[in-house]
Amino acid sequence: MEMLDRRDASTGDIPVASKDLLRFLTCGSVDDGKSTLIGRLLYDTKLILEDHMATLESDSRKFGTTGDEVDLALLLDGLEAEREQGITIDVAYRFFATGRRSFIVADTPGHEQYTRNMATGASNTEFAVLVLDARAGLRTQTQRHSIICSLLGICHIVLAVNKMDLVGHDKEVFDRIVRDYVAFADSLPFTSVVPVPISARFGDNVTSRSPNTPWYDGPTLLEHLETVDIESHVMAKPFRLAVQRVNRPSADCRGFAGRIASGRVHTGDQIVVARGGTVSTVSRIMGVDGDVEEAGAGDIVTVELAENIDVARGDLLGDPRERPVVADQFAAHIIWMAEEPLLPGRSYLMRVGTAWTLASVSAIKHKIDVADMTHLAAPTLSLNDIGVCNLSTSVPVAFDPYEENRETGCFILVDRETDHTVGAGMISFALRRATNIHHEPLAADKSLRAHMKHQNPCILWFTGLSGSGKSTIARALEDRLTGAGYHTYMLDGDNLRHGINRDLGFTDADRVENIRRAGEVAKLFVDSGLIVLCALISPFRAGRHMVRDLVEDDEFFEVFVETPLEECMRRDPKGLYLKAKSGALKNFTGVDSPYEVPEHPDLTLHTLEASPEALAEIVLRRLRDTGHLL
Amino acid sequence: MTRNLSAHLRRLEAESISIIYEVASEFRHPVMLYSIGKDSGVMLHLASKAFQPGRLPFPLMHVDTTWKFQEMIAFRDQIAKEFGFELIVHVNKEGLERGINPIDSGSAVHTNVMKTEALRQALDAHGFDAAMGGARRDEEKSRAKERIFSFRGPNHTWDPRNQRPELWHLFNTKIRRGESMRVFPLSNWTELDVWQYIFAEDIPLPSLYFAQERPVVNRAGSLIMVDDERFRLEPGEPPQMRRVRFRTLGCYPLCGAIESDAATVADIVREMHSARTSERQGRLIDGDRSASMERKKREGYF
Repeated sequence: MEMLDRRDASTGDIPVASKDLLRFLTCGSVDDGKSTLIGRLLYDTKLILEDHMATLESDSRKFGTTGDEVDLALLLDGLEAEREQGITIDVAYRFFATGRRSFIVADTPGHEQYTRNMATGASNTEFAVLVLDARAGLRTQTQRHSIICSLLGICHIVLAVNKMDLVGHDKEVFDRIVRDYVAFADSLPFTSVVPVPISARFGDNVTSRSPNTPWYDGPTLLEHLETVDIESHVMAKPFRLAVQRVNRPSADCRGFAGRIASGRVHTGDQIVVARGGTVSTVSRIMGVDGDVEEAGAGDIVTVELAENIDVARGDLLGDPRERPVVADQFAAHIIWMAEEPLLPGRSYLMRVGTAWTLASVSAIKHKIDVADMTHLAAPTLSLNDIGVCNLSTSVPVAFDPYEENRETGCFILVDRETDHTVGAGMISFALRRATNIHHEPLAADKSLRAHMKHQNPCILWFTGLSGSGKSTIARALEDRLTGAGYHTYMLDGDNLRHGINRDLGFTDADRVENIRRAGEVAKLFVDSGLIVLCALISPFRAGRHMVRDLVEDDEFFEVFVETPLEECMRRDPKGLYLKAKSGALKNFTGVDSPYEVPEHPDLTLHTLEASPEALAEIVLRRLRDTGHLL
Repeated sequence: MTRNLSAHLRRLEAESISIIYEVASEFRHPVMLYSIGKDSGVMLHLASKAFQPGRLPFPLMHVDTTWKFQEMIAFRDQIAKEFGFELIVHVNKEGLERGINPIDSGSAVHTNVMKTEALRQALDAHGFDAAMGGARRDEEKSRAKERIFSFRGPNHTWDPRNQRPELWHLFNTKIRRGESMRVFPLSNWTELDVWQYIFAEDIPLPSLYFAQERPVVNRAGSLIMVDDERFRLEPGEPPQMRRVRFRTLGCYPLCGAIESDAATVADIVREMHSARTSERQGRLIDGDRSASMERKKREGYF
């Protein structure tokens, strides 16, 4: 295939696309000149067009920081607000091409608080250009960004020592920065680090060799970008295909469609469905242009199997000789991306490959200080924190360790309330206990025990403000149920805090754990056939969701005890509101800690309108209607 | 298989098809927007490759402002017939009744009512929860930061501060009632990639993209083609026959032609190597001020 070259225009042949595509990101501290550098690359490769240039000239006069000269950085800062602030606050993608390659550039911000954007940019690139200011040398941000690059699996680094014009193009300055960086990066698993002395503003060593640095005999930045070998060996890895879709080209055949993540597949090959472990033979491979005998990493295929086995979207197909890991507990690096902290025990939606599942962090082992790689103890992860965590999922998931396979070792976490992407993860390994602990089959099962008690077990989860009347109503209900011969047990938040939850306080993280333990205990009682009455403030929707997910659909009732805050404060049976208002009690729900009202409770009890006994009767009637009382 | 696609175009093609699979699998009621232009043509071609030999599992929808070039409409109907897909055509009837048009109302009002509002109406009327469009990141500065899966809140609002980070190929497709997703499978293509792919795959396009003699008038530096009798000529302004073509297609009174001899796809690719203006420059709607695209996006324009 011919390379794209402007000279081809005169030969009569159509100039064809570049041979291949390199994605890279630029990162570095604020004001190190990343945007100016990309602007320079676009400018020098003639990708800036006349009308863009006209806009740029008028913008430079309005917002520019380079005096009368055109400010190349303004080419990239896309959104109006940030142009006025003069900072880049999101990832911008830019495109340019030369005779050898096409490039997609992810420009990521240098502000410390925008680490998540850098991770986003790094996740889809093979290569990073670290820009630093020759005057300032190696800074914390450069180290931080190098560590994030290495965590996300980027192997190739260019160290662009910028603003060489401001240090008189001094070789000593350049050599010192390179020495400092090499000393720092020695422990990071980079395959290559190439330092280049440049001036983005004036173009030295960016696309053409600078007369100002006769002592430098390495490649220009562009030469290096055009020639660096970024072969990621995905073809040589074991075959992996995350099924995106089941296509039915005809009534009697099912094809499993998706993009091959790694390796190759040939008709007649054996493949394994990772979850379940069923092995089958590939009988047909349809590519985008018809049937093929073989396909490899990056190709879109629809695969048909010889045996009629159960495969659905979310399944990972792999080479049976080198199977993906399947586990429901594993260790991973998590980059936290939300203002709301990560709380251990809270359940999040997790996407791995094409599968969605529920996951929670069972332990934060430590967080990493990305300035120097030291480990810090952490009860939660805050925005831009990177932690090493243990996770557990509601069903086993199939994956490869991220170090072995970038395509199949990553996941995202999504908040169940807001649907925001709150975390990104890279799986390290399955935890041994995930494969070793089996659920012990129990002698008498739940339905047998329920039958003996003439009831179907369930959790009645009373939630509401302190003093709203949860325990009072629950006790009244328990009296009625036990009086009628049913078997119950009551879990009261206050009482639990004297025993099983004695070690917990009232921070958000401790509240989540408090609810998790109460939920797990309630679940055991449900297994034993009991009707469990739980009276806990449980202020967070996510916590209540978590408990709901522990049991079957028809085994959980969210009962919202609705009493206005003023009334609770008036009642104040334990004198707690008084203490909270005086500041003697911190994190008190309704005073200085939020209560999230249930969106779709199974029952709402208004305590201003009826007595506790009448309200208990309402719950009792519901239990009869739903068949829980036989 | 003897396809003449470079590794670079094959990678773009595969990534786009993978995105289309995600939309078809993760959303209840997706739609593909079809604007008849070259990017739509490429997107439709990718979709039919994705689901061959089966039918597309979603309909196509064209938001018709009633001011498109006549040839575009004929081309659209012919393609729909050949490909055999379900085509929904939506016109903002209320806008028509109010007499909105690009000549009297001006480009901003016309675009807002007949494109932006019309698109929202159509998405709401059909209950579509995901709409695929052919926009690319290289088109304009504010699009350089657009997500591939772009979240829209209730009433189709786009909040640049509230977009979800996109890592790896793990798209967050979760939405609730009243919310929706705009999806851009061609995000990472450049204009040159699009043309080279059209060349390699022999994708049919309206002839408006190719140079021929057409009746045009010069309005504020833009060459506007006189496509029907609704266009009002100034006194002493007879249309001149000029050899022109269009880099983008839309409402004819808002589309500036460029003078060109490029009569084939190969000619166009060659011409692009010496081109010095970006394709959106021919569009009168962007001219107001440099951040006008971002403003339109916040209002719900693609």
